[in-house]
Amino acid sequence: MTLESPPDDVTLYRQMLRIRRFEEKVLASFSSGIFYGTTHTYIGQEADAVGVLACHEEGDIVVSNHRCHGHFLAYGGSMHALAAELMGRATGVTGGRGGSQHVQWKDFYANGILGGTVPLAVGMALAEKSLNTGRVVFAFMGDGTLGEGVVYESLNMASLWSLPVLFVLENNRYAQTTPIQLHLAGEISDRFQAFAIPVAEAETVDVIEVFKLAQEAVVKVRTGEGPQALVLHTYRYGPHSKGDDTRDPEEVLKYRKRDPLQLQANRIDPDLCKRVEVEVETEVDEAFQRAQNDPLADPASLTLPLDPTP
Amino acid sequence: MNVLQALNGSLHACMAESERVYFLGEDILDPYGGAFKVAQGLSTAYPDRVITTPVSEAGIVGLGIGMALRGLNVVVEIMFGDFIALAADQIINHAAKLRWMSEDKVRIPLVIRTPMGGGRGYGPTHSQTLEKHFLGVPGLRVLAVTTIDDPGSLLKHAILEDNDPILFIEHKLLYTKALQPLNETSEFNLEKSGERYPVYRLKVAGSPPPTLTITAYGYMAELACQALQRLAFEYEVFADLVVPTQISPFDHHLLLESLAHTNRLLTVEEGSHTHGWGAEVLARVVEALGPRLQAKRVAALDMPIPTSGPLEKTVIPDVEGIIQAAREMIS
Ligand SMILES: Cc1ncc(C[n+]2csc(CCOP(=O)(O)OP(=O)(O)O)c2C)c(N)n1
Ligand SMILES: [Mg+2]
Repeated sequence: MTLESPPDDVTLYRQMLRIRRFEEKVLASFSSGIFYGTTHTYIGQEADAVGVLACHEEGDIVVSNHRCHGHFLAYGGSMHALAAELMGRATGVTGGRGGSQHVQWKDFYANGILGGTVPLAVGMALAEKSLNTGRVVFAFMGDGTLGEGVVYESLNMASLWSLPVLFVLENNRYAQTTPIQLHLAGEISDRFQAFAIPVAEAETVDVIEVFKLAQEAVVKVRTGEGPQALVLHTYRYGPHSKGDDTRDPEEVLKYRKRDPLQLQANRIDPDLCKRVEVEVETEVDEAFQRAQNDPLADPASLTLPLDPTP
Repeated sequence: MNVLQALNGSLHACMAESERVYFLGEDILDPYGGAFKVAQGLSTAYPDRVITTPVSEAGIVGLGIGMALRGLNVVVEIMFGDFIALAADQIINHAAKLRWMSEDKVRIPLVIRTPMGGGRGYGPTHSQTLEKHFLGVPGLRVLAVTTIDDPGSLLKHAILEDNDPILFIEHKLLYTKALQPLNETSEFNLEKSGERYPVYRLKVAGSPPPTLTITAYGYMAELACQALQRLAFEYEVFADLVVPTQISPFDHHLLLESLAHTNRLLTVEEGSHTHGWGAEVLARVVEALGPRLQAKRVAALDMPIPTSGPLEKTVIPDVEGIIQAAREMIS
């Protein structure tokens, strides 16, 4: 299999900008009371989802976590359906059942229990391998999730049985309010290597660099070389969820200066950039407007998970 | 004073009173002080005994058991009650059995505090009422906070005066609710039975003898208080409300006293209906009272908790549902 070149610069920029503007709108609209529950925004980490998922093919599986909006949009999920889900509308991705962190659509699965999704991802990889489909599982997790023991059980089995899964570890240096030096001993990459899972690692917000690393790893996974890991050191610009930011503002500012969008914009003609911006802003506004006009989820749509009749 | 302040004050008092009290949990350091702020100020006041942990629920409960085995009084905070499922093995197969298996030679003075419940749109993995799965585990005590009397002293008894493992349930919606101190409420006649983990019996002040007994714990007791008043003033239905703070093991004596007069029992819980707390309560009182008892259960629908407001409201019991069930029993 040959390495494909990345999507064109404008496409990558547009993908990241769609996530950025969507998430900004989410944060800005929260206080107006249009959403149910809470949210975890992806602002600052856009290059990860866009770069990695530019390598996914139709039928590949994406396993995401609580911070799933960016993964979902990069996967190809509908912006309107996501906005509607946050607003508890009947037209939401799961009709208002799951909300911000429990999104399931096609081969995309997200859940709010940290780590719990990782064995599921490995199980899906085992299924795809057993069925000989050639599909790849992309399993996203954060640095904080490395605290959960089930992650290591999963890495062990993925490697033991040489399963087609790419672990994407997004190290944004915090688990909620806890900085990595207070929650993690040792090196992240060593955790994968201990199970003989090859690691590619980068401290970058460059979407093209992320794409290249991901593409190399995905090719190996797809051609049966077994699981691979991608460790992406990044940063989130926004609070963990809504208002809970206890980080040093200086530190946030420092990382804001190496903005993945700015970096990508520099590769594009400024007029074209402007046009993309206007288009994306219109897309986001329309998605929210449409969602807000949709009917709220109807209690009559609720079903029992199981029919009690034996 | 509200429930959050009472619990926070109690934690401060316990740590001040005994140097053997340790506190573990995720994101509990100041200035954040935990996702629901119950740990606020603790890490500043007791930096050596307040430990922020990795995201490792099974691990930190297990560590808590180990520390307790060696004589410390340990409080572990599980950020959302839903995550207690990750620690179930440590609780059921270790904490609850160690004392018994050692013929009482070892003790586990451990309190696992956690916020349960819905009403805030947090969705299927952040809104559940999971304590039903831990009721009836031999060797485990399960307590639930209400606004009645003093939740701070309930927590203090659990931490400093109990040497057995305790699951301590705090409903999220209770944190901001004002306390109802025992002798200061004019709306209810309040009776208290037991000292460490009391059972309360309430009726609307000055109301005629009750014809119905309602029992509820936690946030549902709060809703049942509201229902009690509306039943009295709007429908002239007079009920006793029995509120246990210890929900497992279960002591039904005060309930039986009330039922001796009413013969009608309505149980109210936020957990899902089937195989719930109410089922055990009913079984106990039917065994004691026989077929003359009339009974009904109010509980959540047997499905996960949805996020969207109108859906979540449909699944979780509310005041209207309690009133309606009560009226159906009386008519
Ligand atoms: C089992 C479990 N424990 C705790 C939480 C609460 N929680 C949600 S996100 C989070 C931090 C996760 O950190 P990380 O994995 O680094 O992801 P990030 O939020 O940084 O994207 C925590 C502790 C949870 N959702 N699930
Ligand atoms: Mg993180």
